[in-house]
Amino acid sequence: MASVTLSEAEKVYIVHGVQEDLRVDGRGCEDYRCVEVETDVVSNTSGSARVKLGHTDILVGVKAEMGTPKLEKPNEGYLEFFVDCATPEFEGRGGDDLGTEIANTLYRIFNNKSSVDLKTLCISPREHCWVLYVDVLLLECGGNLFDAISIAVKAALFNTRIPRVRVLEDEEGSKDIELSDDPYDCIRLSVENVPCIVTLCKIGYRHVVDATLQEEACSLASLLVSVTSKGVVTCMRKVGKGSLDPESIFEMMETGKRVGKVLHASLQSVVHKEESLGPKRQKVGFLG
Amino acid sequence: MAGLELLSDQGYRVDGRRAGELRKIQARMGVFAQADGSAYIEQGNTKALAVVYGPHEIRGSRARALPDRALVNCQYSSATFSTGERKRRPHGDRKSCEMGLQLRQTFEAAILTQLHPRSQIDIYVQADGGTYAACVNAATLAVLDAGIPMRDFVCACSAGFVDGTALADLSHVEEAAGGPQLALALLPASGQIALLEMDARLHEDHLERVLEAAAQAARDVHTLLDRVVRQHVREASILLGD
Repeated sequence: MASVTLSEAEKVYIVHGVQEDLRVDGRGCEDYRCVEVETDVVSNTSGSARVKLGHTDILVGVKAEMGTPKLEKPNEGYLEFFVDCATPEFEGRGGDDLGTEIANTLYRIFNNKSSVDLKTLCISPREHCWVLYVDVLLLECGGNLFDAISIAVKAALFNTRIPRVRVLEDEEGSKDIELSDDPYDCIRLSVENVPCIVTLCKIGYRHVVDATLQEEACSLASLLVSVTSKGVVTCMRKVGKGSLDPESIFEMMETGKRVGKVLHASLQSVVHKEESLGPKRQKVGFLG
Repeated sequence: MAGLELLSDQGYRVDGRRAGELRKIQARMGVFAQADGSAYIEQGNTKALAVVYGPHEIRGSRARALPDRALVNCQYSSATFSTGERKRRPHGDRKSCEMGLQLRQTFEAAILTQLHPRSQIDIYVQADGGTYAACVNAATLAVLDAGIPMRDFVCACSAGFVDGTALADLSHVEEAAGGPQLALALLPASGQIALLEMDARLHEDHLERVLEAAAQAARDVHTLLDRVVRQHVREASILLGD
């Protein structure tokens, strides 16, 4: 992760503040920073979203392409993730490690059957299916990357519109794929069960949600919990050099579930409201 | 592309513009708070983001430090979802490296590097299916946002040649049609050229006209960028209460 240099006095200040449930910018331990989400920002993708969480800026683009289904799952399509870190802390090849780590985490979260219904992505079993290439672009790193990326991926998948195709078979048995004439005739993915990641950083004796770069520098260990909108935990991972007590892990998991449910509810309401504004909505993008 | 006329008889291009008209340009400075300078520009459908860090101490090998000048480091990366077909490698491939080198050459001509010896200025540009011109314009705004002294604005524009007429500011359709293309980066006040690049064959008699069209378009871009910068400074000074 991007690092920031802190003096001992600053670290002590942050740690003592967190013990009293008061962080440097005035938030409580379970409060998120102000999140801005906007979908459909990139025109030649099937779906896209931009998320700004404090100083962290993420852009996600989803492109749907046709491919062959995997051998062990002939009736389903699949998702491919790619994370690109464009910030100069990761100049040249340095960003590849972080990118691979984030991509692998995303693969693990989406690995179970209930996150996304992959059967809707199948066109004809064993021959054609939709492959969704989810590309994450890290524009600015201001702490708490995993949360922002998972919110952006969920919003982008909600925004994805996959064109409807029909498979025509003629007498010789060769198949022809026909695209529907109406450009607005498309299938949408159901993102009800797509989980979001909540990162909990352990600082001192307490844990905080949505840590900034400075707070991440003070914490030795963090727990990444992936939570669905119903509060079901799908994946959990500990990161960091330090070690965690088993009781802290349970506490952090409970906090993660609670915070995750609220996060999902707000995200759903925001993307639905944006969608209801329809095509006349004024797109702000980076110009706002 | 049979049947697709790049320039109709009445003098209109595929998207309805005249030969010398630019696409719609919208720009904003100060997009990212953590960077020293940043800017975003939209030229038609092409979007470019530029981020500038510096001047700061040389990272990596100290041996690269120049005793009398600053080192300008440029990296260009293109988003994987930007073009019609998904691109696999966002940076490190040949086109990105070449673009980075070209940007570096352009900005070394413009930035007053003597003022910051032994330091490094990083320019990171990302373009959405973009071209050289949008990147240079975005980078100019970002360098100005960072407060790094430059000799002059660097304004860039592309130009082509179809049916005896020079076209300014090529869109993707016109570029893909494969005619001669000229990319020009200009310092408007003095009229000096920072970078000139041309692809495909063009008779030297026509070069003058195409160059003039590109230069005029670059000067038009300069007017726009100038307005954006003044607007930004006005907003900033209102916030400060001056």
